Amino acid sequence: MAREVREASEVASAGDEDRKLRVLIAKPGLDGHDRGAKVIARALRDAGMEVIYTGLRQTAEMIVAAAVQEDVDAVGLSVLSGAHMHYFAAVMEGLRAKGAHDVLVFGGGIVPDQDRPKLAQLGVGEVFGPGSSTEDVVAYVRRTVAEKTPR
Amino acid sequence: MKPKRQWLAEDYAAATEQHPERDAPFETLSQIPVDPLYTPEDLAGFDPGRDLGYPGSFPYTRGVRESMYRGRLWTMRMFAGFGTAEQTNERFKRLLAAGQTGLSTAFDLPTLMGYDSDHPMALGEVGKCGVAVASLADMEVLFDGIDPERVTTSMTINSPANAIWAMYLAMAERRGADLSRVGGTIQNDILKEFIAQKEYIYPPAPSVKLVIDTFEWGPKHAPRFNFISVSGYHIREAGSNAVQELAFTLADGIHYVRKALERGLDIDEFAPRISFFFNVHNDFFEEIAKFRAARRIWARQMRDVFGAKDERSWMLRTHAQTAGVSLTAQQPLVNLTRVAIQALAGVLGGTNSLHTDAYDEALALPTEESATLALRTQQVIAEETGVPNTIDPLAGSYYVEWLTNEMERRTLAYFEQIDALGGVEAAIEEGFFAREIGDASWLAQREVDEKRRLVVGVNAYVQDHPEVPIQLVDPSVVEVQKQRLARVRGERDPAEADAALAELRAAARDGRNTMPAFMRCAHAMCTLGEQMGVLREVYGVYQEPVLI
Repeated sequence: MAREVREASEVASAGDEDRKLRVLIAKPGLDGHDRGAKVIARALRDAGMEVIYTGLRQTAEMIVAAAVQEDVDAVGLSVLSGAHMHYFAAVMEGLRAKGAHDVLVFGGGIVPDQDRPKLAQLGVGEVFGPGSSTEDVVAYVRRTVAEKTPR
Repeated sequence: MKPKRQWLAEDYAAATEQHPERDAPFETLSQIPVDPLYTPEDLAGFDPGRDLGYPGSFPYTRGVRESMYRGRLWTMRMFAGFGTAEQTNERFKRLLAAGQTGLSTAFDLPTLMGYDSDHPMALGEVGKCGVAVASLADMEVLFDGIDPERVTTSMTINSPANAIWAMYLAMAERRGADLSRVGGTIQNDILKEFIAQKEYIYPPAPSVKLVIDTFEWGPKHAPRFNFISVSGYHIREAGSNAVQELAFTLADGIHYVRKALERGLDIDEFAPRISFFFNVHNDFFEEIAKFRAARRIWARQMRDVFGAKDERSWMLRTHAQTAGVSLTAQQPLVNLTRVAIQALAGVLGGTNSLHTDAYDEALALPTEESATLALRTQQVIAEETGVPNTIDPLAGSYYVEWLTNEMERRTLAYFEQIDALGGVEAAIEEGFFAREIGDASWLAQREVDEKRRLVVGVNAYVQDHPEVPIQLVDPSVVEVQKQRLARVRGERDPAEADAALAELRAAARDGRNTMPAFMRCAHAMCTLGEQMGVLREVYGVYQEPVLI
């Protein structure tokens, strides 16, 4: 994967605007409903971010490995199958174990209101449900990554 | 009377000069431009005898049965399944008691992907979006107290369809049922999985081969069973528009017919048991036109292109489900209204069977109350509106007939495009469908984001709403499942289970029909994961190219 934007010298000299945000969009688990993941990937890419889409059937380990290898600023998980508690927890834990504490983890899909506080407690950011606007997602990722990694 | 063009240029233009048209997209959800008015001029060349016929006769535009809903209402078939087989069995019985007339089974993701509940890939998913069925033992609990000769059951299962169907039939046999009297439907449409829903296991060619095994075996052994439900539903849910849904679904159906003919099967032996499944989305008239066009296109293809002689081979019988993708998490009670209107479109389109979504489906699986309300919506249409009293009441509407023609024209254009790519399997591998659907869903999302299309409660009329109660799945499901699996593996005859799996492996390897081996595996209590594991070894697994 091309990593030129992350060359140390460039990062040191570049202003915020010059470094493209890198986002991993992932589909954990067995579910194949990928309309939302693809729409979000496209929206973030159109907004000028570097987007890596994992494709389907990813385990938490695969997602963590990709996030670390691609040195992303944010990971977006799309879960519609009801397995969100399992996968968000596993990805958060995996990222921490790899020392990737500053990576923003956010999500989208079918997540009941009752589970949102539990996800927040795990350190998961915003979870965008059906009907969310892609512009809100773009703005959220931009703003939250900027807050998380002051340069 | 002056010509339409003149009326538009003079009267209509003058009127809209005074009172301009609303700032709204005057086009269908498939981007078909909609005129302010339709007149007989829009139906030049339209021949009711040729293009409509009577209900129950070619080309079935007006419906596949003579009496339609005056004889028997559509089947009210609500898709249900969650947790353990015991829990879903209980929900089935309550739905039947509430007046539902057929069953429809939702399986969990491990089952849909051919994993047993104790497989590592099943972690976190057991019983979550459907019921877990890993062996005949689960199937027996699931249909406990439900007579398979009396109640028809639809099963939404694709890649493992042969194995699950065999388990259902084995369950019926063990209860002493006569398989020639057992009716129902397995979805078994693998092409739309590659195109849209992505629950495939093996590569396209062996996957289609497994489907054609059921075309060959079904009519001889379970003649009342629809061994396939060619499905546009999931293509639509993945983001396609109505025209794409119609065109891709019928192209899939035609692909299966070609493959069955290549195997040397007689079209009139298998075609009468091909069934369909379409979405009913928000664009009211476009949806009605879609169902009418679907029947006409299929009838013409089957009779005129494939030379089927049996009238039943020409009939497109279909299930319909309201559009889950159209439901919103915001102000969820508004979904009741969406579902009612979509259901009405399905009925006016002449569907043979209908599922209405519950209002809370953008939040979780339906609760018992929301599922019952959804069923009641169908009952209101059936009993209170008068809509079912006359057949195909919108026939002859200039707009509906024009739109039906337009849907047919655009569908045939897609057929040509797919054929030029080398057929459905080639088009899948080339990424044609993924691109088409991706572009359509992107366009639809842009329209909503930019407020060119308004969605009540989402980008218009936004308002806070109280939380609604949702269905939770008991986490103990996994344990119940694991225990039953352990018991099945411990109590069965191991030699017979091994022999059955060996027969399945040999049948797959030698390219023989796999259904007899699946039946033996079911009776021998082989688990779903074991059977799918054998086929994974023989056929390999498929990875789709990643496209965004």
